[in-house]
Amino acid sequence: MSETTTIRRAGNRVFIAGVALLILWVLLPIWLLFVNALSAPAEVTGFPKRIIPSFNLDSLSFFFGFSGVIDALWNSVKVASVTMILSIGVGAPAGYALSRFDFPGKEVFRFLVVMTRAFPLPLLALPLAVMFIRTGLDDTILGLALVHTTLALPFAVLITFSLFSGIPLELEEAAWTLGCNRVQAFTKVILPLAAPGIAASAVFAFVISWNEVFAAAVLTIENRTLTAFLLQSLDVSPLPLKFAGGAALVLPALFFIFAVRKYLFAMWGIANR
Amino acid sequence: MPRMLPYLLLLPATAFLGLFFLYPFVQVAHDSVMRNGAYTLENFTRMAGHWKFSTAFWNTMLLAAVVVPIQLAMALTMASIVTKLQRGRSSILYIFAIPLGISDLAAGLIWLSVFEQSGFLNSLLVGLGVVDQPILLLGYQNTWVIFIAIVLAEVWRATAIMMVILVAGMGLIPKEYGEAADVFGASRWQKFRRVTLPMLKPSLQTALILRVILAFEVFAVVVALGGTQLPVLMSETYHWQFQMQERGVAAAFAMVILAVSVAFTILILRLLHVPKGARV
Amino acid sequence: MKTQVKWRMTAAAVTASLLAAPALAEPLFWSTQAKPVEESQKMREQVLAGFPGGVDYQASDEGPWLTRMQAELQAGSGTIAVLGGLHGDLSSLGAELVDLSGIDSAGVGPAMMDLGKLGTAEQKYIPWMQATYLMVANRKALEFLPEGADLNALTYDQLIAWAKATAEATGGPKFGFPAGPQGLKHRFFQGFLLPAYTRSTVTEFRSDAAVVAWEKFRELWQYTNPAATNYSFMQEQLVTEEVWIAFDHVARIADAFNQRPEDFVAFPAPAGPEGRAFMPVVAGIAVPRTAPDMEQSKALVAYMLQPETQIETLRATNFFPVIATDLPDDMPASVKAAGPAIAAMTGAPDALPALLPMGLGDKGGQFNQVYNDTFERIVLAGQDIREVLDSQAEVLRALMVEANAPCWAPDAASDGPCPVN
Repeated sequence: MSETTTIRRAGNRVFIAGVALLILWVLLPIWLLFVNALSAPAEVTGFPKRIIPSFNLDSLSFFFGFSGVIDALWNSVKVASVTMILSIGVGAPAGYALSRFDFPGKEVFRFLVVMTRAFPLPLLALPLAVMFIRTGLDDTILGLALVHTTLALPFAVLITFSLFSGIPLELEEAAWTLGCNRVQAFTKVILPLAAPGIAASAVFAFVISWNEVFAAAVLTIENRTLTAFLLQSLDVSPLPLKFAGGAALVLPALFFIFAVRKYLFAMWGIANR
Repeated sequence: MPRMLPYLLLLPATAFLGLFFLYPFVQVAHDSVMRNGAYTLENFTRMAGHWKFSTAFWNTMLLAAVVVPIQLAMALTMASIVTKLQRGRSSILYIFAIPLGISDLAAGLIWLSVFEQSGFLNSLLVGLGVVDQPILLLGYQNTWVIFIAIVLAEVWRATAIMMVILVAGMGLIPKEYGEAADVFGASRWQKFRRVTLPMLKPSLQTALILRVILAFEVFAVVVALGGTQLPVLMSETYHWQFQMQERGVAAAFAMVILAVSVAFTILILRLLHVPKGARV
Repeated sequence: MKTQVKWRMTAAAVTASLLAAPALAEPLFWSTQAKPVEESQKMREQVLAGFPGGVDYQASDEGPWLTRMQAELQAGSGTIAVLGGLHGDLSSLGAELVDLSGIDSAGVGPAMMDLGKLGTAEQKYIPWMQATYLMVANRKALEFLPEGADLNALTYDQLIAWAKATAEATGGPKFGFPAGPQGLKHRFFQGFLLPAYTRSTVTEFRSDAAVVAWEKFRELWQYTNPAATNYSFMQEQLVTEEVWIAFDHVARIADAFNQRPEDFVAFPAPAGPEGRAFMPVVAGIAVPRTAPDMEQSKALVAYMLQPETQIETLRATNFFPVIATDLPDDMPASVKAAGPAIAAMTGAPDALPALLPMGLGDKGGQFNQVYNDTFERIVLAGQDIREVLDSQAEVLRALMVEANAPCWAPDAASDGPCPVN
């Protein structure tokens, strides 16, 4: 009896050590980013680098004091939100259809969806920009959000497809026999179970839209997003500002993932909460 | 009505992709076979004949071949950890998912600050007394060191993509199967291999396809760490489009990226095929 | 009922805000220069504030800059009023730029105005600001200068000896060169190294003198920090002291002087057997044919040439004026250090100006690529110099024929495409 508990305790310790190592691996580079962002400019270019920053707020306050940063931030939030809504609204039904039905054109559609992500966006930006200028969508939040939705759709479709595939058809059928129509069965039974898929799609849509820089730089001028505003100039800025800018860009995305993290776990039923 | 239902559900997505992807894509694909107003394959021959093409191609393949399996293993590990934990699971999931929020430009910046001559790694080595002077890691003579640095940076940056998808999928595996395996005396590894993995196939398929496609488009991290020394397909596409002003050749490169992605997608779909009857 | 109305109004307001393209009263100045956020801010708040009605200054990377302009040209209408870019950026758009000969540009030198014609008879762009490349040294390196060497009149041989002495004394190579992806190394080969040995950029590309030039550079490369293939802005490496002697664009070494003015000194590029070759960098302003208000655009171009504007531009971007004007005393440290060095270089008795390529249209990038490939093959890959020069000369020849570009200084003028001997 004691041997198995020793083994289990040793196994636990290995497990905990493994988890701790992984956490360290993920967090260390982020920490280094903030170390550089919070250091005085001379320290950022100095050697050796220290692991604890001096909490010098010069570079960061420079960025936040920059005229236009708050507007650009707000534009980025708007574009990312619209991208989220559109990509889930358009992608989830497609994912459902792919998982539940067998129909001609199914594989072709799956391919089309995958292909969209496999082609470099900067090349597509030119025809898209021409189209937008001609139709009046140029330099609008909606226009850029439409392009970002195209980038995020493969994620939304494929992730919801894989989630819906994991939900047994019997559950829906049971709901039908109990008197629900198709829509009710979907909203009451399937949707809560597929919520992690929706949440994951939302995370990807937000993050993809937030970090996208090329299309944003071409398609928005007055309504610049934060990435188009900052990321472009980062490569020619002095080193301390590069880090401050990078840190400033990362924070909102981190907040969003934090807000959504609970929903990535299944709600009830199959796996417990 | 039920016959039309799947098509109706697909309609918005199809319209979307048709308008915002197919329409510009057809124009760019058209560019790749046009030169000076005539249809020709010259763009492709020019691309393939260029001395950097095969280096860029094999660099991209090699990078993907090394990075993706590592990431798959790590993502499965991380997803299993998070699903298994009782307390603190959402915090640990959040921590594991943090790299998702980092753009690839910022990730390149961070890892450059680690590996450059006046960077954190050298500071650590000098501080510990392992070396007296900072060592040059990213010099063009040691391309393999640059390669390893890029692998590390990419593994750090993009594993969370697969992990989030796998966590969402793992939540749907009924506990009863795991418990049945326990009753039959299966070890943890057997349980993982025989119960979890097969039930995770749809999510695995999705995670792998998406990750592989993005791996062929790797760009910002490679440029940040490797400078001009490690050409990849995407950096060559940019180069031909904006510096050499040869839209046709750039389009040819993009078609190569697309072809490779399609080939590997088909491969993954075959290998991880989810047979119809086997659905739960 | 009331809530329904409220919902409808909210929906309408949301849609309106999503589709809103704000009305532009300010002309849009679409530029590749002054990209760092603080430089763009200075452009808006100090340089352009004097223009009646204000100007919307937006800086972009080359990729989006070009894509947006091409999209507006293809669509036939756009919002860009004025384009700002380097000579190379604008030369690819040559055919789409409006003739600006009507604008008063008396203060600008004729050689530069010629550049602005882009090989045509029309004034396609007006020179806006200029810069050049300089050498910078950490004062700590000065003690290793060879005997009898004058810092302001070095030769390449002396530079190599100096780099060697510094490397030996400090235990590692300390010369820096912007060989990274955004580095401007091609201008070094076109305007500094090759003309200093061959008195030409194109025609003597594969001459024996060119072989000597590359051999000298290979020698210098031994004492160059091998991470140079990652370097795009030498100011970073100068400040971290990874590099003690460097060559780079004036605007890309400015930060070193601004941060630590006492520690660095600027000096002219070295001279070869044929002279002290140097190449100016010219940024220009142009008006695309799709500009919404031609009069306003031309007024903005004229405004950029005024002396006050030119001086403010210098303060904001470290690019020097194109008109002859006296500089006030309150310039930043980088300007105070670079000014005398540039004057020493351009006014040297053996000065040999090499001009930017002219008439290449959109082949400018490929032209630069010839020199970059030559560098990579000879210096990085260690291939035989004579073979590389011969094979690259073929590429260069074909390119000049395709572009049909006549020679430019320092090459002698030619009938028809510039030959490669």
